[in-house]
Amino acid sequence: MTTETNNDKPCGCDHTPEPKKTSRRDFLLLLGFGLNAIAGAMIGIPLIGYLLSTFFKSYPLQWISLGPVTKFPEGATRLASYLNPDHREWDGQTAEIPCWVRRIQENDFQVFAINCTHLGCPVRWFEESKLFMCPCHGGAFYENGEHAAGPPPRGLYEYPFKVENNELFIQGGILPTLANPMDDKKPRH
Amino acid sequence: MNGKALIQALNGVYEWVDKRLHVTDLFNHTAGHPIPKSSASWFYVFGSATLLCFMIQLLTGCLLALVYVPSAAEAYTTLEYLTFRQELGWFLRATHYWGSNFMVGIMLIHVTQVFLFGAYKYPREITWMSGVVLMLLTLGLAFTGQVMRFDEDAYWGLGIGAAIAGRSPMIGQQVVNFMLGGPIIASETLSRFFTLHVFVLPGSVLALVALHLRMVLTKGINEYPKPGQIVRKETYDKEYATIIKKEGIPFFPHGIWKDLVAASIVIGGILFCVLMFGPKGPLGEPNPTQIDTVPRPDFFFLWIFAIAALMPDYMETFMLLVAPPIIIGLLFILPFINNTGEKSWRRRPIAVLSVILIYLALGLLTYLGQTSPWSPDMKAWSGAETPREFVEGRSPLELQGLAVLQNKQCRNCHAIDGIGGHRGPDLADVGTRLTKDQLVRQIIQGGGNMPAYGKNLSPYETDALVAYMVSLHPRGEQPARDSAVPATPAPMSVQEGEQHAAVGAH
Repeated sequence: MTTETNNDKPCGCDHTPEPKKTSRRDFLLLLGFGLNAIAGAMIGIPLIGYLLSTFFKSYPLQWISLGPVTKFPEGATRLASYLNPDHREWDGQTAEIPCWVRRIQENDFQVFAINCTHLGCPVRWFEESKLFMCPCHGGAFYENGEHAAGPPPRGLYEYPFKVENNELFIQGGILPTLANPMDDKKPRH
Repeated sequence: MNGKALIQALNGVYEWVDKRLHVTDLFNHTAGHPIPKSSASWFYVFGSATLLCFMIQLLTGCLLALVYVPSAAEAYTTLEYLTFRQELGWFLRATHYWGSNFMVGIMLIHVTQVFLFGAYKYPREITWMSGVVLMLLTLGLAFTGQVMRFDEDAYWGLGIGAAIAGRSPMIGQQVVNFMLGGPIIASETLSRFFTLHVFVLPGSVLALVALHLRMVLTKGINEYPKPGQIVRKETYDKEYATIIKKEGIPFFPHGIWKDLVAASIVIGGILFCVLMFGPKGPLGEPNPTQIDTVPRPDFFFLWIFAIAALMPDYMETFMLLVAPPIIIGLLFILPFINNTGEKSWRRRPIAVLSVILIYLALGLLTYLGQTSPWSPDMKAWSGAETPREFVEGRSPLELQGLAVLQNKQCRNCHAIDGIGGHRGPDLADVGTRLTKDQLVRQIIQGGGNMPAYGKNLSPYETDALVAYMVSLHPRGEQPARDSAVPATPAPMSVQEGEQHAAVGAH
């Protein structure tokens, strides 16, 4: 304020302020800016780190049990679910993640994510027509997860699985999307 | 103390306050600022009506937050508590829901009016650009608001959002994790959207509204455009100053009454919907394992839902990720593409045509999103009836075929006479369109967006199914035939057959 008033009311003579004084003022202004920039960075960088922490974290797939293989009759496809291995106590119902388990024979399985590869809606299994159908945009998939009809760009996402001591394990814990499909199937196009 | 002395005393107090707070000055520069007489028009009430809706949203939102708990484990319970147990909770939820619908709707009218009246042109570029940002923020509020109603639609809506984010090139997975607050939809996802809906977006709206209104004060409200009145950078400011000088009226009290009437109509409209329709949802619980669900977005996003179904799939990622920034960018820089010239819509046929086209497209897409004919009807195979004329008079083989048609869930996608899904063509007259051979091929191999049923039907089932489908043609209309095969004499129609049978019986 004082500076402004001084500038507004020049001394009335043509005398310019001494350069020495101006440079001191400039220096202090710069110092003020500089100190605040440093202080701002010291607070700001951790804030950004906190906000973007998910950006730099990787979420590796984890082995999760789906229970004994006897739960799944041969030649059939059944809905199963697992507890998100990374769940929080306050996740409530959202911690329970569904998937489709197809037991072809003995220890030969296919475990599909529930999410349609088009836009993630939950696909439903129709035993009689042996099709997975999506309620959102009409995507359909065959029994083996391959694309059958509609807009999905690829077949159903498939969890890696293993059978140990007659127990079925899948590698999961993420929401599969085209960016992270869990399997290495190629898109149709 | 007599009246005169009282007034004098009050005046004294006012002057004392005014000397310190400069309220008269503030009033003259804000509510009392002069506007062109022509701008005190019914067309100019939509901006203040949108702001009114936002105020209602702030108020009801704060009150809802007294009870609502933004945790994946608790949100649904608190929504039910608000709706059924908390005194007047249903009223608050309904007012917030309908307030948001009115806000988006009135905002769209405001944008359209401003566009048609050329108000974005010189010198009101920043007014328009801040308005575009406000529009995006409002749509963002509407979208994140859907998530606050944490039910099955909210859960799967987040899944759709993640699927779209997962289509981003290179950093798709990082964007998904950032959006969800982790690798999967969970409590942190809800907390993120809560933060956006309750802190970030409303705060940004307030800041942008301040800028928007500041521009209205510094550059003035657009005068009611007359055809032939051309905006030129060199002369416009002077012309506007003349208008204000010649026929300016203070916004308060002479210009505001129409806004006040409009405000009461808006409040009445919201109240009407609240009392008639009540709050929306919540639908089923946000339980991912309950997959018997048909996720749908709220009304204002149905058109996007429809685009996602109708786009050819090779351009889908482009339409979802590249087109929106281009469209928003074009809207944003509109004042620089078209800065001067005619303002009146009567002399701007392309502007009028664009508005008609855009609303026609949005309206049609919304209608399609509402009916979503591309979605299979998941219950048709067990629930849809077959009209009598499609059963009557069929041979045992054909009836077997009908049973196959029903059991194999064909009707989830194919209606018979309008009953059933509409994903594929109606089968009521399929016998006139496809020959027996074509039907066999179509069923076994699929194609044209139909799955192949070859592995899933026994030869006997296929025979029966095709026999039934060949019989599906209107009375008197012949079944389709292969053009390479010479025509045989037309078979008797059912009616003729009945006549013959009747004659034979005598």
